[in-house]
Amino acid sequence: MSFSSSMQRRRPSGIGARTGVGLKGEHVAEILETRPDIGFFEVHAENYMGAGGVPHRQLEAIRCEYPVSLHGVGLSIGAIGVLDEAHLARLKSLNERYEPGLFSEHLAWSTHDTTYFNDLLPVPYDEETLARVCDHIDRVQDVIGRRMLLENPSTYVAFWQSTMSETDFLKEIVRRTGCGLLLDVNNVHVSCTNQQVSARDYLAAFPVEAVGEIHLGGHAPDLDDEGRPLLIDAHDRSVDDAVWLLFEEALLLCGPQPTLIEWDNDVPAWPVLLSEAEAADQIVQRAELRGEQRRAV
Amino acid sequence: MRFDPPGSAVAALEAFAPALLEGERDLPDGIIGPDGKPSPRRFNVYRNNVVVSLVEAVMDSYPAVLKLLGEDYFKAVARLFVINNPPKSPVLIWYGAAFAEFLESFPPLAAYGYLPDVARLEWAWLEAYHAADAAPLQPQTLASVPGDLLAGLKIAPHPSCRWLQSPWPVVSLLAVNRFESGEVVDLAEAQEVLVTRPDLDVEVRLMRPGCACLLEALSAGCSLSEAGERAAQSVQEDVFQFDMCLSDLLAAGALAAFDPEEAAAGFLSGGSNGIPD
Repeated sequence: MSFSSSMQRRRPSGIGARTGVGLKGEHVAEILETRPDIGFFEVHAENYMGAGGVPHRQLEAIRCEYPVSLHGVGLSIGAIGVLDEAHLARLKSLNERYEPGLFSEHLAWSTHDTTYFNDLLPVPYDEETLARVCDHIDRVQDVIGRRMLLENPSTYVAFWQSTMSETDFLKEIVRRTGCGLLLDVNNVHVSCTNQQVSARDYLAAFPVEAVGEIHLGGHAPDLDDEGRPLLIDAHDRSVDDAVWLLFEEALLLCGPQPTLIEWDNDVPAWPVLLSEAEAADQIVQRAELRGEQRRAV
Repeated sequence: MRFDPPGSAVAALEAFAPALLEGERDLPDGIIGPDGKPSPRRFNVYRNNVVVSLVEAVMDSYPAVLKLLGEDYFKAVARLFVINNPPKSPVLIWYGAAFAEFLESFPPLAAYGYLPDVARLEWAWLEAYHAADAAPLQPQTLASVPGDLLAGLKIAPHPSCRWLQSPWPVVSLLAVNRFESGEVVDLAEAQEVLVTRPDLDVEVRLMRPGCACLLEALSAGCSLSEAGERAAQSVQEDVFQFDMCLSDLLAAGALAAFDPEEAAAGFLSGGSNGIPD
């Protein structure tokens, strides 16, 4: 195996305060043909764990033109058992192969015993879980050899066992492990609506200094047993107005950030996704300008 | 009145997991809504996410089986499959290998004997799609091997190469139900199938008699002449045409490339340890 010559033609891996989108196979040809001015593409790591073929060929072609962010959805950092070392090795190898500018995973679990549930399931916020999650993050950062970003979850239930708030839990993880955070603003809106707390208070308590990326996405409205609003993190539509407003507030707190539009189900035609990313980019650029003006004063 | 607190945080997750796939199970203790009360609708969001997303993963891998069964029936069958065979790995592109066996053992579908083999062929297609990239063996490379070394030469199938011998017309069923070809399917026809991916596109084609046996022998490490003998024995002697089989396999990109210099030096011939006789 020799070094591929295409490695030398790759763009730098760094991702600035620009907007990116989740990469979908059906958009790749149009993206490579039209070369849109877009900050980065994010991929779900597990979709690139096959040996070869179309997925890797597409990702390499994209990687030559754009920075890439690697987003794991299956590591199960919140699980009771030990981390899946084979899976961690696969993540390490993808990190080495594609040199992503950002690497992130979730505050959630998805594997129990030997079963993989393919959903980001919630964890109780107590001392015992905190210690276990921190051990797992330490292990991930040791093996992969870089700082990871941990994403705040969408939740539909709470645990009687929880003894602290989600924001205090995240703050303590950052303090103990040195990891960064992926602030999913749609998840903030979804969880806060579902838990009947103020999203603004949540953001005010969020350890914003650790944020290294923001996610935006669409959610589906439903109702719970008592007729209260229950929002589902569906990633199947455009970003809700309430989430756009919350995004602007988040940028005031944590400054301009690499921002991703997530649209994973009922994926629209490329121009629709691109215009959603452009809308987010204008907000990020305004935040950047505000920062420059503040520095100039 | 006595208050029984739910168990520890670990116990909460221990109870959470099995309740995801067993709809009739009680809600796990300690899983609550914002008012502190248990909320079945909230927990059901997770149940639904798990089952629906896994059913969709199976559906994505088996488009011809989906077409043959219709969406409603497929989803009902896939739901049973998911609940009884949930994934063991977070790499979902490998989920669903056991679906053909599940269809085979599912009594309501016993009259549709071809379904499991259509599923096997679609699984072979998926394996080829994700297989390692490798250069297929070119006819001129094979032609460059000195004549006296050819019979003892060991050639491996290409990493993407899969084959299937079916008593059913699986290639035709795939063509009609996945690639919308208009051909007429004769259910009495048995078919041997070759699946390859020489570069990026997966190719599916019929094989002549004996080819599957030839591939089987080559993948087991037999030399070209041993594999040819086994293949000849597997079919009626006068039907097997070794040269035609070999040129079909070469044309399909079914064989892995080798280093012609190593072959010329005899390193790819002879004993199973790779040392020339």
